[in-house]
Amino acid sequence: MLHRSRTIVMAVGVLALALVPPAAAALNQPFYVDLFRRMMIFALAALSLDLVLGYGGMVSFGHAAYLGIGAYAVGILAFYGVDNGFLQWSAAIAASAVAALVIGAISIRTSGVSFIMITLAFAQMLYYLGISLETYGGDNGMPLRTRSQFAGLIDLRNPYAFYYLVLALLVLFLVLGHRLVNARFGMVIRAAKSNEPRARAIGFSPFRYKLVAFVLAGGACGLAGALLANQTEYLTPEFMHWTRSGEIMFMVILGGMGTLFGPVVGAIVLLGLEDVLSALTEHWQIILGPFLVLVVLFAKRGLFGLLPGEVLRDG
Amino acid sequence: MAEPLIVIRGLSKSFGGLRATDRVDLDVPEGETHAVIGPNGAGKTTLIGQLAGDLRPDAGMTRFAGQDVTALDAPTRSRLGLARSFQITSIFRDFTAVDNVALAVQAHSGHSFRFWRPARAERALRDPALAVLDSVGLGDRADVLAANLAHGEQRQLEIAMALATRPRLLLLDEPVAGMGLEESQRMVRLLGGLKGRVTIVLVEHDMDAVFTLADRISVMVYGRIIATGTPEEVRGNAEVRRAYLGEEATL
Ligand SMILES: Nc1ncnc2c1ncn2[C@@H]1O[C@H](COP(=O)(O)OP(=O)(O)OP(=O)(O)O)[C@@H](O)[C@H]1O
Ligand SMILES: [Mg+2]
Repeated sequence: MLHRSRTIVMAVGVLALALVPPAAAALNQPFYVDLFRRMMIFALAALSLDLVLGYGGMVSFGHAAYLGIGAYAVGILAFYGVDNGFLQWSAAIAASAVAALVIGAISIRTSGVSFIMITLAFAQMLYYLGISLETYGGDNGMPLRTRSQFAGLIDLRNPYAFYYLVLALLVLFLVLGHRLVNARFGMVIRAAKSNEPRARAIGFSPFRYKLVAFVLAGGACGLAGALLANQTEYLTPEFMHWTRSGEIMFMVILGGMGTLFGPVVGAIVLLGLEDVLSALTEHWQIILGPFLVLVVLFAKRGLFGLLPGEVLRDG
Repeated sequence: MAEPLIVIRGLSKSFGGLRATDRVDLDVPEGETHAVIGPNGAGKTTLIGQLAGDLRPDAGMTRFAGQDVTALDAPTRSRLGLARSFQITSIFRDFTAVDNVALAVQAHSGHSFRFWRPARAERALRDPALAVLDSVGLGDRADVLAANLAHGEQRQLEIAMALATRPRLLLLDEPVAGMGLEESQRMVRLLGGLKGRVTIVLVEHDMDAVFTLADRISVMVYGRIIATGTPEEVRGNAEVRRAYLGEEATL
């Protein structure tokens, strides 16, 4: 059950996102369609991380790896002439889910700093793998030949169609996430986060549930990667750099860990601030840094978490 | 006669050079309330941890209900019917009281790879959880966040979580520790009500509770059980009196 004020903010937020394209058209600022689509793609990535981090209590510091794998799956298939989006995006999801299965199987038995370091190490490995792939542009990356084709169902070259597809996917994953974290499955991973010895003592074996959560999150982030490749029409190992993982994690923390709409808020605020501040001054990071520190200090539950509603009860 | 519900032979565990439990033998027949007493650091919690499956023993074996469980982990043992409370209260603090108990019910009703139906709306989890909460006297506290319960209530909640798994053996590590007189009397009454219906291994420093509840008592010192017997036998045991110098008066 969601708290009223949170439901309202979420509904208003989604509605506002739906109104961005007409507003941008009215203001003759098509650039905003691009910006908000990018925000929503990162919101999806952050949402997937939140399942692992906020609900599962696993501090995965290499989440950008799945973003990169998803993007490269699309880019590499396109490179060989496979432009079919159904194929490309399925491959993106499958490849990142498999990577998450391997990384999770190794890392989830550990905890604390070891867990952080293992997930980070894997992501860095993939980053360097991307750099070494000369065929696909090495550290320069390569352009995406063409955006994914969906047999004429939807044309991603149309910025509005692409925008609403991303919005629809984001809403879909918010709904799926809401069901998942409140179903038996979600209760187990949240219980394990809350108190793992207790969860084991009452008869749960958390490992396999955490692993499945990790794989689901990896797959969802892979889809975000596929979207990102189409968004930028370019892919580079930078997608997998650890600073990118940090940025996604920051979106989650900024918006509110263990809430569903929090990561969306976090992605919009962080990328929005970057955009506004970088237009004002080239030293925008000097302003952004302290702001983020203040939010973490004074809004421990993140911006969305400031709204009434007990974090864990209100998945 | 059937084999005792729990049979322990030569159970040992060392931390570094310290023998926390040292070749412990213990039989607890079905239905018995068996207290384990002993001075601080005697190895009582270590023994409970080994029984619950949290601590791997260095040597020895444990049989439960005729089955060798030595190699089984805590969740597996829980599903076989072992339940425990912790010396330091261990609950899901950011869940409500009824959530805590419903989770215990859930853990014992098949796998949890269910992704769609809200668990809190499942009567099959909710109703038994509320019934157990009622039985430990927390019926009117069901929707309170566990972190906001009083200390005594949190201990009751732990018992409720254990009972919700329908255990055959209850391992209780100092259930009345840190409680006021009234709270501890309530807990003793609660445990007295369970007596006979479920087998209990009770670690406790409160001698009133021990002598009210226990059918038999084992005394642990430096990782070894130095005496086992009825409350009268233990009370009269000279070695126990020596080991318990400071606490002689209460014995
Ligand atoms: N994880 C551990 N690592 C190292 N030493 C430990 C560990 N757990 C217990 N010990 C040591 O083992 C000995 C037995 O501890 P244990 O907690 O079993 O005693 P206890 O009888 O439960 O004591 P108390 O009555 O104070 O609860 C103590 O000396 C303790 O310091
Ligand atoms: Mg102890």
